Amino acid sequence: MIDEILTIILDGAIYASWLFIVALGLTFVFGVLKILNIAHGGIYALGAYSTATLAPIFYSLGMPEQFVVLTMLISALAVAIVITPIMERGILRRFYGQDEVLIVLVTYAIYLVLEDVQKLIWGMNSLYVSEPRELLGALEFGSLYYVGYDLALIGLAIFCGLTLWFVLNKTQSGKIVLAVINNPEISGCMGVNINKVYLAAFFVGAFLAALSGSFTAPLISVQVGISVAVVIESFAVVIIGGLGSIPGAVIGALIIGMARAACVHKLPEAEIFIMYFCMAGMLIFKPKGLFEGVQARKI
Amino acid sequence: MRIFRQSLILLSSVLASFLTFLGTANADGHGEFKLGVVTFLSGPAAEPFGVPAWNGGKLFIKLLNEGKAPAPYNKKGFGGMKITAIPIDESGGATKQVQEFRNLVQRDKVDAVLGYVSSGDCMAIPSVADELKALTVLYDCGTPRVFEDASYKYVFRTAAHAAMDNIAIAKYLIEKGHDISSIAGINQNYAWGKDSWKDFSVSIKKLSPNSEIKNELFPKIFSGQYGTEISALLNSKAKVVHSSLWGGDLQSFILQAKPRGFFKRTQVVFSAGDHVMPGLGNKYPEGVILGARGQYGMMAPDTALNAWWYKTYMDEYGVFPAQPPYRMVQGLMGLKMAIEKAMEKNGGKKPNKDQIADAFKGLEFEAPGGLVQMKLGNGHQAIQPHAIGKTAKDKNGNITVTDIVRYKASCVNPPNGIKAVDWINAGFPGADC
Repeated sequence: MIDEILTIILDGAIYASWLFIVALGLTFVFGVLKILNIAHGGIYALGAYSTATLAPIFYSLGMPEQFVVLTMLISALAVAIVITPIMERGILRRFYGQDEVLIVLVTYAIYLVLEDVQKLIWGMNSLYVSEPRELLGALEFGSLYYVGYDLALIGLAIFCGLTLWFVLNKTQSGKIVLAVINNPEISGCMGVNINKVYLAAFFVGAFLAALSGSFTAPLISVQVGISVAVVIESFAVVIIGGLGSIPGAVIGALIIGMARAACVHKLPEAEIFIMYFCMAGMLIFKPKGLFEGVQARKI
Repeated sequence: MRIFRQSLILLSSVLASFLTFLGTANADGHGEFKLGVVTFLSGPAAEPFGVPAWNGGKLFIKLLNEGKAPAPYNKKGFGGMKITAIPIDESGGATKQVQEFRNLVQRDKVDAVLGYVSSGDCMAIPSVADELKALTVLYDCGTPRVFEDASYKYVFRTAAHAAMDNIAIAKYLIEKGHDISSIAGINQNYAWGKDSWKDFSVSIKKLSPNSEIKNELFPKIFSGQYGTEISALLNSKAKVVHSSLWGGDLQSFILQAKPRGFFKRTQVVFSAGDHVMPGLGNKYPEGVILGARGQYGMMAPDTALNAWWYKTYMDEYGVFPAQPPYRMVQGLMGLKMAIEKAMEKNGGKKPNKDQIADAFKGLEFEAPGGLVQMKLGNGHQAIQPHAIGKTAKDKNGNITVTDIVRYKASCVNPPNGIKAVDWINAGFPGADC
């Protein structure tokens, strides 16, 4: 029994970590830019594709295997560097302040374009890059083996969350971002370059999306369509936690991760709808999520 | 002036008729056969199913049009008619597919439609096909319910339904002496996964009544993450784990399960496990019992027709053909045989859809995967021989399939008029093994 509970906790934590990394960028971009970015899933897929492309090149160079993690980081960075100016400067900037539904439609259109970009560049065939998953070997927990790489995702999620929290709350740049989140007009009047903050925030969001794709690539077969489930599940996380809230994303991911793991082990029939059950429950009792931000009343 | 005008009208009519004739006639002067081909060209089912199937289909159509296919398929096109294929993407769901089907029939005026991988689409299309009186060949989808729950005049399925896959695997496990005292399953949460698990688990219980079901998991389709399911299956300590996962889901499951020692700790069976082998190569685990939904790919029979098809596909695409191209070519072969049979009865003229449907009913034809007999669903649903094998490494270290057992069509398919699950529950009466 205790073994089973530990297994549920561990499985739930691994899944929650993955969900959190995916959802973190989404909630951050919404927090700063007030954009519900459906194209987040497309950027995730680009991250996975770029790792699946660059990692084999890295292995062919015969460098020490551990450095493949650097390749994965570079892949994510490259995607963010390319996609940010095109999306934020090229398209989204023209829609700031417009109706939220319109912006959602714009990001959905970009998402569709990104799907076609994947087909154009990589075709329809699946790519595999499972080698990085073998880096940390397997560890025995009770009667089960867990892959070290999967457990390391928990560390990566904690690192990403803490780093973003620290930058936002303990650095001057972060406080400028918080000021923009709170009131962009006043921040602008105080000399903050709002456009730069938006660009930087979108870059961080895109990097986190691509990073989650990069680190998921070794777990899956990278192919067109992998972004669909990601968009839905990361939306569920931010809806439960509260749009724009980092602690909310932590709790949202943990709720879904643990509930899903418990269902798979104890009530498999419920697994298919447990995420929607959590989301629907939250919308009924706390429509703005667990960590609804306090809004200053504007006069 | 009047004579001049009449002459002009006459000349125009003759010219128009001639141009129409030129437009429809091929080199042999037998006209054209317009064929709508529907399969997944985008989305997660495209890479494992739709694209290889269409690769096989367009290659075979090209060879048919050139008259380069071997006997009995060596007549150009369909009975001398040039085949003009109109490929349509199957993605988007059943509602969209019904609309696409109507477009093909009513706007593009196709002579027949060949298609459908998704069981959901195969359930939605037949009633529309009969309503529009459109000749339709279902070439791939697996749900037994298409002809078990209804009957259609213009719809045919040229491949066996999924019951065969799971009955054969259950028989294989027993015959090979595997420990089936406990079983578990991981199958997608829709018609295909549910039906596959039901056919397998009921077959096992029938063949070995003491067998215990430990765990039944139904993750949603395209979920991609199976870490928790793998833990649950390992915890269940079932001796056999059955799965009908396919495409990216199967690939991801294999990639996630292999490093956790899953395939060494339980006997895994994949009812449709061959089609990801070309992509995964040596990442595919050893010791897996698998089917290919027929005698296809590495489990194909040693016949001249199969040798030709295997080599032709391999030479064209540099990879061996798994089940999808086999099944599409099987559909094209069935359609060709039916058309040519109907044509013969029609004095060599292009037959209409009623004549083709009559000829299709109860048809038997040789395909690369063996003899296909339209025996179920009152002559509308095919049965075919099946093969089950086990993965192993060959002497060069490449993954291959060994220990192959072949099953007669009449051994693993129910007789006409009996539902698959009723036949299994009754203990396979009349099975000719």
